[in-house]
Amino acid sequence: MAFTLPALPYAHEALEPHIDTLTMQIHHGKHHQAYVDNLNKAIAGTPNENKSLEELVKVAGTISPAVRNNGGGHWNHTFFWESLAPNAGGAPSGALAEAINAAFGSFDEFKEKFNTAGATRFGSGWAWLLVKDGKLEISSTPNQDNPLMDVADVKGTPVLGVDVWEHAYYLKYQNKRPDYLKAFWNVVNWTKVAERFAAASK
Amino acid sequence: MANNTNNRREFLKTTGKAGLAAALSIPVLDSLAFGTHDAPIVKAGNTPYEQQPLPYAYTALEPAIDALTMEIHYTKHAATYAKNLADAVVAEKVDTKATSLEALLGNISKYSAKMRNNAGGHYNHELFWQTLKSPADGNKPSGKLLAAIEKDFNSFDAFKTQFSDAAKGRFGSGWAWLVAGRDKKLSIVSTPNQDNPLMDVADVKGLPILGLDVWEHAYYLKYQNRRPDYITAWFNAINWENVQKRATGIIL
Repeated sequence: MAFTLPALPYAHEALEPHIDTLTMQIHHGKHHQAYVDNLNKAIAGTPNENKSLEELVKVAGTISPAVRNNGGGHWNHTFFWESLAPNAGGAPSGALAEAINAAFGSFDEFKEKFNTAGATRFGSGWAWLLVKDGKLEISSTPNQDNPLMDVADVKGTPVLGVDVWEHAYYLKYQNKRPDYLKAFWNVVNWTKVAERFAAASK
Repeated sequence: MANNTNNRREFLKTTGKAGLAAALSIPVLDSLAFGTHDAPIVKAGNTPYEQQPLPYAYTALEPAIDALTMEIHYTKHAATYAKNLADAVVAEKVDTKATSLEALLGNISKYSAKMRNNAGGHYNHELFWQTLKSPADGNKPSGKLLAAIEKDFNSFDAFKTQFSDAAKGRFGSGWAWLVAGRDKKLSIVSTPNQDNPLMDVADVKGLPILGLDVWEHAYYLKYQNRRPDYITAWFNAINWENVQKRATGIIL
């Protein structure tokens, strides 16, 4: 069963002005599509053909660079689109807010640490908020790796991620990755993040 | 020189954004009010540890590489590597008069990640600027260098294919290289991020005589996801004379 590109859960222009329309069009329609296509090519006719995306990602390091890169690319981008929403942002509430305060001191300190993880990932990659052993942690991964992978330094269940490949922000922000990371908070879908946190904490 | 730079900036102020807007066919270019016309982050210097003046105008590589990309690439990305390298050599007590940049790279595993990323970033970009020129159709090397390429890759076209594959196949950020090895042979490799073949951490070691930056910042404003189109255009803008100079005494 070949993988397909999931539709964006909102319009391309929905995240303006924080993430621009053209970036969304190319990011979803070209980059994400290429990960899906290349993943399908990498697994066609192999024993991995009928595995779920999660199954592939969890053992990515033992399969092939093509599955690691493109399986990760497909998983990460699907996760990213769902992490964002128009008219979102603000601050989390309830159990998630309490867990963030417990782990990082305050919401502001959490944001600062998360932004630092994103800003200091040299080259291409992602910054993550994840649940590990029942606690929230921040990590970053190179390229299209993620914390579900067997190859990750910090393993756990991601609840929020930000793409810091230059393609995620270059048309609007160019070399100013920190400005992109600052704008990112205006479109975080905390309802979705809280759902993931609840599921990961069970 | 100062006047040239000013003229260049003035020219870009009036044409750079409009050119990009036309290339992208979009009205969002208000977002490009990002002030690239500020002074460079560091003043160009004359030692190998400093950023050198760009040997041509930002517009010189059009249409292969657009002026706005060149300006941001040189004044922001490359200048930041040079600045961070300057900080790192102070912090890690490198005697830059007694230690060549090549020697530093050859021992890079003994230094911090900051040194590795920024010494590599600085060296790679300086090499990149030196090996580019105004593009011309059918651009190719000649003489001894062409003969060496034909000997080691069978033909110039076969070399181009192999080099393109290395550049396309580098996942994420990095570089593709033409390397002169100790065995007097040419080879093609790619490295992640700002690593290069001079580094003791490199899989294939040697002197890079030609390099192609495949970080997205090198091509995204003009080519977006179409890295292969950037690679094709870049072949026309290679300064083969300077590549031959780098190879002379090593393999030629």
